[in-house]
Amino acid sequence: MQLTRRGAIALGAGFAASLALPLRATAATEDAIAAFTGGAEVGEGGLSLTTPEIAENGNTVPISVDAPGAASILVLASGNPTPGVATFNFGPLAASQAASTRIRLAGTQDVIAIAKMADGSFVRAANTVKVTIGGCGG
Amino acid sequence: MISRRDFLQASVAASAIYGVSGYGNWSKLAAQQVLTQDDLLQFDTFGNVTLMHITDIHAQLKPIWFREPEINLGIGAVNGLPPHVTGQDFLDLYKIQPGSPEAYALTYTDFTSLAKTYGKMGGMDRVATVINAIRADRPDALLLDGGDTWHGSYTCYQTQGQDVVNVMNALKPDAMTFHWEFTLGSDRVHEILAGLPFDALAQNIFDAEWDEPSENFKPYEFYERGGTKIAVIGQAFPYMPIANPGWMFPEYSFGIRDQRMQEMVDEVRGMGAELVVCLSHNGFDVDRAMASKVSGIDVILTGHTHDAIPEPLVVGDTILIASGSNGKFVSRVDLDVRDGKMMGFRHKLIPIFSDVITPDAEVSALIDEQRAPFKDQLEEVIGQTDSLLYRRGNFNGTWDDLICDALLEEREADIAMSPGVRWGPSILPGEDITREDLWNVTSMTYPNAYRSEMTGEFIHTIVEDVADNLFNPDPYYQQGGDMVRLGGMGYKIDVSKPIGERITDMVLLKTGESIDPAKTYVVAGWASVNEGTEGPPIWDVVESYLKRKGPIQLEPNTSVKVTGA
Repeated sequence: MQLTRRGAIALGAGFAASLALPLRATAATEDAIAAFTGGAEVGEGGLSLTTPEIAENGNTVPISVDAPGAASILVLASGNPTPGVATFNFGPLAASQAASTRIRLAGTQDVIAIAKMADGSFVRAANTVKVTIGGCGG
Repeated sequence: MISRRDFLQASVAASAIYGVSGYGNWSKLAAQQVLTQDDLLQFDTFGNVTLMHITDIHAQLKPIWFREPEINLGIGAVNGLPPHVTGQDFLDLYKIQPGSPEAYALTYTDFTSLAKTYGKMGGMDRVATVINAIRADRPDALLLDGGDTWHGSYTCYQTQGQDVVNVMNALKPDAMTFHWEFTLGSDRVHEILAGLPFDALAQNIFDAEWDEPSENFKPYEFYERGGTKIAVIGQAFPYMPIANPGWMFPEYSFGIRDQRMQEMVDEVRGMGAELVVCLSHNGFDVDRAMASKVSGIDVILTGHTHDAIPEPLVVGDTILIASGSNGKFVSRVDLDVRDGKMMGFRHKLIPIFSDVITPDAEVSALIDEQRAPFKDQLEEVIGQTDSLLYRRGNFNGTWDDLICDALLEEREADIAMSPGVRWGPSILPGEDITREDLWNVTSMTYPNAYRSEMTGEFIHTIVEDVADNLFNPDPYYQQGGDMVRLGGMGYKIDVSKPIGERITDMVLLKTGESIDPAKTYVVAGWASVNEGTEGPPIWDVVESYLKRKGPIQLEPNTSVKVTGA
């Protein structure tokens, strides 16, 4: 029996398999960031990204982003085969610049958000979300 | 202005006990003459508020033996800090006499001999006596239960938690939070909650469908005590659907959610709370990390990781209390709250020596009433042991060695896996093993002993994954619990490495050969979180093994080599 990391197959009556090793950010992630920022410098602060530390279910992970004053927010799952998740655009009449959704994660990886602020500057936030087989509680 | 430090008056309860020395060469009688109930309960009432904390009872209504861990490694910033201090180091740190009652209660050192000297610990009828004595001293003391209460025994399983609910209700707690309770299934949890005469608190239990706070659990409750407005915020175990079978409570989502914790603290402060208490089942390291991120909590009553720490740990302006498990201890925390501020505290971790503390007659009778219908089943002797049977420790314990041996033989497997749970009392050498004893270390609602084929690579993935749940340097990524116990397989672990690099040199013990990543092995285990797991309940597997084997003799387990600590 061969079990590839990508397989993520539940094995018989035993444990649910999942990806143990953190997935590295793909080149596609760098490309998506470059396309969004046009190569501009990316700072920090003013953008909050909320994710669970450990996903209860890697197939549907709740995330939210909030960047007061942002024009748009890019969300990437850096270790997914296709890292692009969403770009949220906020019009001038938007009451808040926040959004929530659920995303699918292929394994433990960094979720990255980049906000384009009204003045054209960029800020970044990233959290590691762990996708695990599950241990056994105390 | 009185500084907080001036009032830092932590004390080990048993420090009231005098003149005990030597290494367990006291007769039980002598010990009983030294230890008195009054010594254990002695406390100079302080301030205007009293909190009583019990946690992780795991349905142990009767006194038990419970050996504390020999190995409890702390990774990263918490390396060498309590609770990651054991044995002689623990005795040195807290200036405890070797061989003293507190050494027996708090460490593994010389356990068997000290156990015979000082007797069993716990028993909810003894706990009731202590609670009543504190209430006699301060009638409006708050009693808070940190959860893992309705799980862990034969009678608890057979009554779906009703036996523990009945006994706990007699103790009249004010509030409780949760973990293993959910493994009764959400329908049963809802049924018990509907009749619960105290508050069920958890700010981090959400509706899974809508990702909104669940309406079935209040995030906090206010209590007016000693002229003080106290807010108690609940924090359930954050990783319930990951560490336990999520399909048993699919309506709920959990998580640490420390941002919401901060919002709740700010909310109760805004509503006039003068004292903010967090009743938590996060686990000690997660609570310590949370205390540094969330401001405005005065006291965190910790749970989940079963640590008993004789002094509060201070993080910023927050004190952390760790009250042990299985009914071994009750924490009493007296607080001086003035002008909306906690000015000082006095603390005592009260050890429940069952031969010293008089059982409360009413609760005693109530416990016996719960057990009566199952008496014959509970008392039936199913085996004997010549070795000390215990579970606690990061890597292995003799109880799980025995369970793994049973799985290997009864299920004809190459490798056995037993979950690294921290509950389960001990058995002394020479004692009979009753059915109750066996269920105390195996009772759960997903007990099926599976038999499955796994590749060497997949086994490595599992062991790495569990290791990261325990040894990730960021406590927020830890789930508590200990390493999965392996039978039939040895390995090396470097706990300082990242995931994927900790586990090396996996060996199949019966042949001495290295585990081949591509080869398939027969693996037997239990407590799978997967729905539809097939196989006999683990207690049947072990009972049949015990009856076949005769007295159990276990050699020290040297199959796990640990480095990097």
